[in-house]
Amino acid sequence: MEKQVILNSKHFELTIKRLSYQLIENHNDFSKTVLIGLQPRGINVLTRIKSQLEAILKKEIVCGDLDITFYRDDFRRREQPLIPSATNIDFVIENKNVVLMDDVLYTGRTIRSGLDALLAFGRPVKVELLTMIDRRFQRDLPIQSDYTGRTVDTLTSERVSVEWKEIEGEDKVVLYTPDENE
Amino acid sequence: MNSLSVDDLTGIKDLTRADIDLIFKTADAFKEVINRPIKKVPSLRDITIANLFFENSTRTRLSFELAEKRLSADVVNFSAASSSVKKGETLIDTVNNILSMKVDMVIMRHPNPGAAKFLSERIDAKVINAGDGTHEHPTQALLDSYSIRERLGDVAGKKVVIVGDILHSRVALSNIYCLQKLGAEVMVCGPTTLMPRYIHELGVIVEHDLKKALEWCDVANMLRIQLERQEMKYFPSLREYSMQYGLTKDILDGLSKKIIVMHPGPINRGVEITSDVADSKQAIILQQVENGVAIRMAVIYLLASQIKR
Repeated sequence: MEKQVILNSKHFELTIKRLSYQLIENHNDFSKTVLIGLQPRGINVLTRIKSQLEAILKKEIVCGDLDITFYRDDFRRREQPLIPSATNIDFVIENKNVVLMDDVLYTGRTIRSGLDALLAFGRPVKVELLTMIDRRFQRDLPIQSDYTGRTVDTLTSERVSVEWKEIEGEDKVVLYTPDENE
Repeated sequence: MNSLSVDDLTGIKDLTRADIDLIFKTADAFKEVINRPIKKVPSLRDITIANLFFENSTRTRLSFELAEKRLSADVVNFSAASSSVKKGETLIDTVNNILSMKVDMVIMRHPNPGAAKFLSERIDAKVINAGDGTHEHPTQALLDSYSIRERLGDVAGKKVVIVGDILHSRVALSNIYCLQKLGAEVMVCGPTTLMPRYIHELGVIVEHDLKKALEWCDVANMLRIQLERQEMKYFPSLREYSMQYGLTKDILDGLSKKIIVMHPGPINRGVEITSDVADSKQAIILQQVENGVAIRMAVIYLLASQIKR
């Protein structure tokens, strides 16, 4: 397995900062905007962006976690059922702008499920998508992100992993390519 | 482990500790779902479930039906009172007829012990036992333990007394298995005539004095006297039973600690439990009902995930 670092910790931090400023450009003081991370790995993106935004704006940003297990389109197609994670949305999304967050945008199926899951909490004015990595040319559905950390061109056999200081020990994005004989 | 070790839920006896933990974890997620503005998820939209009730039921049937609908399953209902069973059709014939309409899962309540097991061995559809005679009522035991876990944080190490008609109660047997698998200590309390002869072989403590039992326990599960299953007199009168084994507010307040009171319903107010106890803060009877939907959603979801396309 060949390993290639796409974003090192310095670029990782710059990317988070840039995404935060892009959000502020569009959402001003976030009085009508809520941020929602998709379980499990989107929560890491959310936590980091939230603390960055709060440091800049000096106010609390409304955030929630959304689990999409029950909305997936591959139920009964997997060997093992997926075990749900927690959903914590204790606010109303009716008439709010929602920014969904995830680490990697790949086939678009997770985001499709996320949109369905989100609508169980009301009718938002607008939904946007923020992802750290966009694996373009790999989409199964017509879904694109509004805020992208880094766009990468990958093969289906490759794997992109967004790693976090809190979990893996270092902020970085790694591209894993299988060896030819694997 | 992400899937159940069993193909059908016929009784708690066949479940492992890991199975019960998995059901509880999944139920946690469904409990959140049923408190959302839109209480429905699309997971089971291509699954058809038949509810076969060969015996009367209000709560369990409603609870299963709600659970199925909140998972977006298609539901067909059947009750023995208004069916061909009265015309002499056998169980297997009835079920096979329903299955030829392409049903994926059967929820069955039946007056004969072992009916669910019998069925599960003969049909391909998933079977969930919603009570088979005096044998087992697995989803009730799961929701009881889940409610204890919710209120007390954990079931392990807790002392639970089951009071009343142990002889005729499927809730008692399933509860004993479930609580013991989760590490609780179980006591049964009731008149000698309503105690199965070899009950101690299940590893439970047997007590005939209600006050002693309540002093010992953290949780009291008060069972209903099942007059419909009693073919002879097991005690002189309901009044006498209620004097000895009925839980009143005076008894509850006289205890040295605050215990939790549970009841699987339907309540005979004034017999096994008085109204002021049933409506007190120590009773978690309505929470049990709410948790019942979440638990049944979890069981149905986990079993449905085993049905391959």
